[in-house]
Amino acid sequence: MLRLEGLTKTYKTGDQALKDIDLEVPKGQVMALIGPSGAGKSTLIRCINRLVEPTSGKVLLDGTDIARLPSGPLRRARREMGMIFQEYALVERLTVMENVLSGRLGYVGFWRSFTRRYQQADVDEAFRLLDRVGLLAMADKRADELSGGQRQRVGICRALIQNPKLLLVDEPTASLDPKTSRQIMRLICELCAERGLAAIINIHDVALAQRFVSRVVGLRLGEIAFDGAPDGLTPEVLTSIYGEEDWEATIEKVDDPEEDIEAAE
Amino acid sequence: MPVLEKGDTQIWRRRTQGQALTHWAAWLIGTAVFVYCWQQISEATTWFFVWDAPRIAGDIWTRATPPRWEYIAQLGRPIWDTLNIATLGTLMALVMAVPVAFLAARNTTPSKLFIRPVALLIIVSTRSINSLIWALLLIAIIGPGVFAGVIAIAIRSIGFCAKLLYEAIEEIDHAQVEAITATGASRWQVMAYGIVPQILPAFAGIAVFRWDINIRESTVLGLVGAGGIGLQLQSSLNVLAWPQVSLILLVILAFVVLSEWVSAKVRGAII
Repeated sequence: MLRLEGLTKTYKTGDQALKDIDLEVPKGQVMALIGPSGAGKSTLIRCINRLVEPTSGKVLLDGTDIARLPSGPLRRARREMGMIFQEYALVERLTVMENVLSGRLGYVGFWRSFTRRYQQADVDEAFRLLDRVGLLAMADKRADELSGGQRQRVGICRALIQNPKLLLVDEPTASLDPKTSRQIMRLICELCAERGLAAIINIHDVALAQRFVSRVVGLRLGEIAFDGAPDGLTPEVLTSIYGEEDWEATIEKVDDPEEDIEAAE
Repeated sequence: MPVLEKGDTQIWRRRTQGQALTHWAAWLIGTAVFVYCWQQISEATTWFFVWDAPRIAGDIWTRATPPRWEYIAQLGRPIWDTLNIATLGTLMALVMAVPVAFLAARNTTPSKLFIRPVALLIIVSTRSINSLIWALLLIAIIGPGVFAGVIAIAIRSIGFCAKLLYEAIEEIDHAQVEAITATGASRWQVMAYGIVPQILPAFAGIAVFRWDINIRESTVLGLVGAGGIGLQLQSSLNVLAWPQVSLILLVILAFVVLSEWVSAKVRGAII
């Protein structure tokens, strides 16, 4: 469904963030993208929906090359890709409901969105999603009144209400505590399974990635250093991605008996 | 290098020797300039008038007290004019400052090369000329009266409001803008959802702050004939009616204190 061909990004400073990346993500696959800071994970994700302009190469979504689209069609292509951010990136001074509905901005005209007159179907969907992530009671709260985990759930709703084919997830758990991190990862993966969504998840926490995803891609200095099942992440592989370190503790299989009660049902 | 090796002890200092020397030289030059200027001013001053000052001030004080309280009946209308000049002027300035600010901010300007310099020029040119001078110019163009005062205040305030506002725009959290862009929103939608909510508190603060300044500025506009209470001040000064002058100054003081109280309340409510 998504195919990257020879994707390259060179920043103005001369830093080569991505070097000739080829990658294919089939429909419904949840993929984790791991790698050290500065390996180009964020750049890769942002090149797909062109928040960062790729220098060369192709980004094919169902056969359309997004890297070549002019601004109108690009906006329509962006509607197909929901994005979830590290620091949630909610508009802090708007309410939860406004934040969720802002996911529909690609579908409504300026005045409709400016005066907040969204289609009833969109409003219904927003309430359904908030209910799904357990935040129905928060709909009228301002976004900055919520806790980190709650904000990230709002971020997830905003991405899902776009009705995307693909989720681009940039460090969804980096600012959350371990328990909330697991809940959020579980929620994202469950929702992807429910809707048959593909996802690319940038993540620092290797153990967390191994628990939840079916495929891991390791990025090192802008190149793919590993591509395979989570079981394939041996100490040698992790060393090739991150450099020398004692990896035994990281890849130890932790089966925690405690089932999160709060995890969104 | 602030660490000196002396034997086997390392001596750490705040500045290197060269830095200390330039520091010392800067102080020396500064002091010399101050002394020289003092001397120049002293030579250009007619000290007789300065020694005489307390007596003259005392003389004016006795003439000005007590204020002519019954004159207050004639001040209602000019105070109302002053308030209108400040308020309308501020509103007009805000309407014009918002687009200028968006054109001047690095992250929202359509063109850094062509449009941003023009916007910055508008900001600098309107800011650098005092509202009294704007009023003088405008009186020549559109004739004396309140309208000239309103326009003078408006023009003077554009630069101030636009500058503070574009700085606020440049300091917004970019992630929120990215998030809205990623939904496929148009340029205007990104502005309305990603940028405007972030700068709204700053905008409200700037508006009230400028209104507060404009109240004070509009009290003197009458001195050049642009309406408001300054007109009364000017005519009272011309006929040396000191009791009226003192009353007007008291009224202005009360008025400004009131406006500061209002703006403090409003700002407190917003932020």
